[in-house]
Amino acid sequence: MLINARVALSLALVFGAGAVSANEGGSASWEREPENEVSNLPSLQRGARNFMAYCSGCHSLKFERYSRLCEDLKITGEQCDALLVRPGDKRTDYIKSSMPEKDAVEWFGKAPPDLSLAARSRGPKWIFNFLTTFHADPASRQTGVNNLQLPGTAMPHVLASLQGVQSVVWQNVEQKGEDGAVTTAREFKGFEPGVSGSLNAQEYDGFVRDTVNFLDYVGDPTQLERQGIGIWVVLFLLMFTGIAYMLKKEYWKDVR
Amino acid sequence: MSAVIEGKGGFRTWLNKRLPVDQFVEDQLTGYYAPKNFNIWYFFGSLALLMFVLQIVTGIFVTMHFKPGWESAWPSLQVMVREVPYMWLIQGLHVVGASFFFIVVYLHMARAFLYGSYKAPREVLWVIGMLIYLALMAEAFMGYVLPNGNMSFWGAQVIINLFGTIPGIGPDLVEWIRGDYGIGDALLNRFFSLHVVALPLVLLLLIGLHLVALRQVGSNNPDGIEIKEKLGKDGKPLDGIPFHPYYTLKDIVGVGLFLTVFAIVVFFMPTFFGLFQESPNFEPASLVSTPDHIKPVWYFTAYYAILRAIPDQRLGALLMALAVAAFMFMPWLDRGKNKSIRYRGIASKLLLAMFFISFLLLMWLGLQPAEPLYVFMARVCTVTYFAFFILLPFVSKADSNGPVPERVIYHAH
Repeated sequence: MLINARVALSLALVFGAGAVSANEGGSASWEREPENEVSNLPSLQRGARNFMAYCSGCHSLKFERYSRLCEDLKITGEQCDALLVRPGDKRTDYIKSSMPEKDAVEWFGKAPPDLSLAARSRGPKWIFNFLTTFHADPASRQTGVNNLQLPGTAMPHVLASLQGVQSVVWQNVEQKGEDGAVTTAREFKGFEPGVSGSLNAQEYDGFVRDTVNFLDYVGDPTQLERQGIGIWVVLFLLMFTGIAYMLKKEYWKDVR
Repeated sequence: MSAVIEGKGGFRTWLNKRLPVDQFVEDQLTGYYAPKNFNIWYFFGSLALLMFVLQIVTGIFVTMHFKPGWESAWPSLQVMVREVPYMWLIQGLHVVGASFFFIVVYLHMARAFLYGSYKAPREVLWVIGMLIYLALMAEAFMGYVLPNGNMSFWGAQVIINLFGTIPGIGPDLVEWIRGDYGIGDALLNRFFSLHVVALPLVLLLLIGLHLVALRQVGSNNPDGIEIKEKLGKDGKPLDGIPFHPYYTLKDIVGVGLFLTVFAIVVFFMPTFFGLFQESPNFEPASLVSTPDHIKPVWYFTAYYAILRAIPDQRLGALLMALAVAAFMFMPWLDRGKNKSIRYRGIASKLLLAMFFISFLLLMWLGLQPAEPLYVFMARVCTVTYFAFFILLPFVSKADSNGPVPERVIYHAH
């Protein structure tokens, strides 16, 4: 027991020390889990509102119709028309962006991507970290900001009025290359609040979580229905297998 | 013996005089004797047939809504699963079904390795089976390319360019396959034609032949004993039982268990952690943005790992082809007197274990990025993979002569 305790203690020391040095060594991560739940209807509704207010100016959801969205998110037809459908569009239209593609290429160098399947190609975690790690970067002449998830992104910090503009505290770390030469690289140490926005950090995370949640739904709109049906299918198959097994057993009694 | 009951009137007699329904049922099911000692490994033949039928049926519906072509393929797939009622389910069954088809086929093949099912008199049965495997690989590859997602596209680039390594005719051959200088409408349309018409017909024919050959020689069993050599007074094998009702009922239990697992994946994890449906394929094909790691779907990655393990691409492609072709020669490479691994020596057991581990490791390595450690491991596994086929004739001859029981081992339950 004593030996075990010693082993445990030394392991704890080693790993504890590792954790501390990881922090000091600068590999503190900005990566976080989005912890969104597609079954959370109010969150999806807020996410839809966020998307239409802040994203749809540039990004389309060209495989999703307003009508489908409102039906799935339990938004009434009147609310749908009043709050979500863009003026000039019909409820049965696909959700297009308001920006002509030609202008977009001229302004940003490339057209902002359609986000219908962003949550499936990139994943909710990627989007969450993309939207939370914009930071001031004087080296970026286009937008004045950069991003940790997608360095060099052409997208400006559209949510700056909400989040504010944070800066990154970097620290220099010496790295030994394969040839033994020592080079200095900068590593992320933490964020530093800069210009503040209208939301505090917690509120902003909630805002992004709702938006990511909404995109998760749009990426796979049948997922809740699928899981609901799936439970019954699996239960039926288990019952079927049980009965089939009993029948088989009855017949196989004869085999000696 | 005619199964038609003489003197009994009615529709059944009328029909049987014109179409031998009863005769067929007797020949194929009630009068076909299979060894009574089948274990769980013997589910996968009927399950493979089930998967074939499922892919055909779901494929018919997917074809109704799919529009092949460079521009149209990917959007038509998205619209189909989002807007056509229950197409998310049918397309989901089809795409997850492809992976499960391979799981079942690999286990079916592993069974043959365990119990020597390829050995005389089942060489032709085995070779037809291997032709099915080849046709299935072509079918799956084309089906994978058709939606024109970004991984489909870049994966197709890599695979089709492999034909370019064939000396002399390579570059012309690649152009002939594509029907163009790059992947575009020409290739996507011909792949559609091959995927929905030509290869399913080839598969249907081969599966039919596989079953005819099986009925001719009879099933092997875990003990590797020929049940036809021990006949009872009635001329039926002592260790055999009629396929129907015994194995039809047992296979239905297998189907139930299998479909339960299948349904859990289809309904709750249809991408299976990005393995059955890869995330880059949720973006349309793009000439300018390459996926981070280009790799085929999991069922091809063992061969892909072999390709990447060899520095010379031409040699790599050759070894990759050899790795598949080597299976064909199993009936003649295995010179053991006993069929089943149960009655072989420790050397044979270790050799087979080495082969299974090599194959699974290669499969895993093919999914990893081409980093030095992984490439090194893939080289080791490539050596052990081929070492199996080279050593098998000697090892099998030397240590599989132990005593085999007279009758199959069966514990009644």
